[in-house]
Amino acid sequence: MAKKQNLLNTGRPLTVDEVYEARPRLWWVYTLIILIVCALLGWSGSTVRFTGFASKGVTIAQGIGNGLLHPDTSLLFNLTEEGVPYQLLQTMAIAVLGTLIGGLLAVPFSFLACDKIVPKPIAFVFSIFILLIRTIPSLVWALVWIRVTGPNAFCGVVTQSICSIGMICKMYITAIEDIDTRILESLDASGCTGFQKVRYGILPQIIPNFISTIIYRFDINMKDATTLGIVGAGGIGAALIQCITSSRWSMVGSYLFGMVLLMIVVELFSTQIRTKLARG
Amino acid sequence: MKQQSRSSLLTLVLLTLFGIICVLLSMDRVSAVIFTLLTIAAALLSLRTHTYTLSNGKQITQPGSRTLLIAIVLVDVVLASGRLTGFDLSIIAKRGNQFFVILGKIFHPDFGYFEKVVNPLLDTIKMSILGSFIGATLALPISVLASTNIDKSKGIVWFLRILLMVVRTLPTLVIAKFAALIFGLGTFAGTVAIIVFTFGVVSKMMYESIETIDMGAFEAVESFGGTKFQSFWAACMPQILPTYLSYCLYALEMNIRAAAILGYVGAGGIGLLMDERIGWRDYNGLGMVLLALFVVVVLIEQLSQYLRRKLS
Repeated sequence: MAKKQNLLNTGRPLTVDEVYEARPRLWWVYTLIILIVCALLGWSGSTVRFTGFASKGVTIAQGIGNGLLHPDTSLLFNLTEEGVPYQLLQTMAIAVLGTLIGGLLAVPFSFLACDKIVPKPIAFVFSIFILLIRTIPSLVWALVWIRVTGPNAFCGVVTQSICSIGMICKMYITAIEDIDTRILESLDASGCTGFQKVRYGILPQIIPNFISTIIYRFDINMKDATTLGIVGAGGIGAALIQCITSSRWSMVGSYLFGMVLLMIVVELFSTQIRTKLARG
Repeated sequence: MKQQSRSSLLTLVLLTLFGIICVLLSMDRVSAVIFTLLTIAAALLSLRTHTYTLSNGKQITQPGSRTLLIAIVLVDVVLASGRLTGFDLSIIAKRGNQFFVILGKIFHPDFGYFEKVVNPLLDTIKMSILGSFIGATLALPISVLASTNIDKSKGIVWFLRILLMVVRTLPTLVIAKFAALIFGLGTFAGTVAIIVFTFGVVSKMMYESIETIDMGAFEAVESFGGTKFQSFWAACMPQILPTYLSYCLYALEMNIRAAAILGYVGAGGIGLLMDERIGWRDYNGLGMVLLALFVVVVLIEQLSQYLRRKLS
């Protein structure tokens, strides 16, 4: 530090070497960080141990590899309820409804949790509530809802409607907080009524953000809907996990193939729509 | 101008066809006909243009609004999805109170159960820390190779990108199930699943941000005779390191949440307990598990958000 002061007080422009000498040296910060990371890794490495393959591990790995390379083509183009297309369609239907309902339910919650609009205590209570929804894994929500609706696709819809609220609210709130209020003032100045202020001042600012959020969440929900099936909440996951437990690897291959293809298509579309929305 | 109108016409036709397919797939004959006609009518309405004559005599055509068509297609999609999933609100109305009974029990956690929660919870945290670290470390070189501004060979870039896309689309639970079958039940399988998941996510975010960095410094070092690696290390590393670290922390945040459910397929951690509690209908115990998870997630999220703010 003293050396740096010296250099800066010379009163002449510094040479390259001098500036290089005076570069900030935070070696002790780096050492500390590395030590902490190493300690954490050592601590976590203590339980996670590689204990070798399971008794049939290698055969199973071969089976999975084989199945992925040679998917069951008859299943891929089978149009009954067993077939890949129907299962994918159902998964997508779950995600569509779940996202839409979640997106609608999130609107009142996000306004209530935004401390620019409601008093701070109310906003705090609602944001804790949203955090709670977000932390409970969707699988748990599904397992609880199954007790209500029974194991079917409807359970998946209800689960996703609830789970989606958490993240959608979080992003809605940022959109609401980013509203440019000066526009409202100028609308006021030009004599607009309350309804006109909402229609021309607020909605154009938040609607693209909201739609973009919903599309983003749809992406996530698609992925989620495939796993919800594992607990019996409809969608392709149920069929997939059944095939995995009964080691029908070529069927697993075709389900995964269909899933990956659909997911990639959905992702491409959603990215494109969202970039269009962002550019206006 | 003409090309633009042609592409918008194509979107319109595709939208209409999509709506009609949805309707035909899912409804009985009468409503299918009604909704098909509605969709076509909306499409035709959106083709109608308005022509205005300005005060200087110039004529301006305003393209038709597509809002109505989009709304109708959305209705088609929602109705079709409702049919496919067996959407029935009366079930909720009839048995919805069941849910609140369970929720009430969850909100009265059984604190005596805490001792049994601690170890699986620590396992979950350990799995996610180790998995995040290894996954993120693997992601760094791959993401450099997958970004177009540094890696000039198109073949490698596209191969890696498609690979990453496939890795990202595989659900973590399925990977965990595979890992549990191959490596045996336990935390190792969970760690493998988290490594794969982190690798996919961090790589994607990284190559996207590597592509936005300023390449001037890189070219300067290269022009002084640095090798590609040297120039990358000296010029690009300082630019991407803060972003990289913040993505790693973000991945850790997500992984704690993801790791919590891996136990469901036997990959270790707290998910096993949740499954067990729900199976036994011990919702007070489940409440305790969820409370512990909630506290840990919030703590780690706060810590990581604090660190990420420092980084940026």
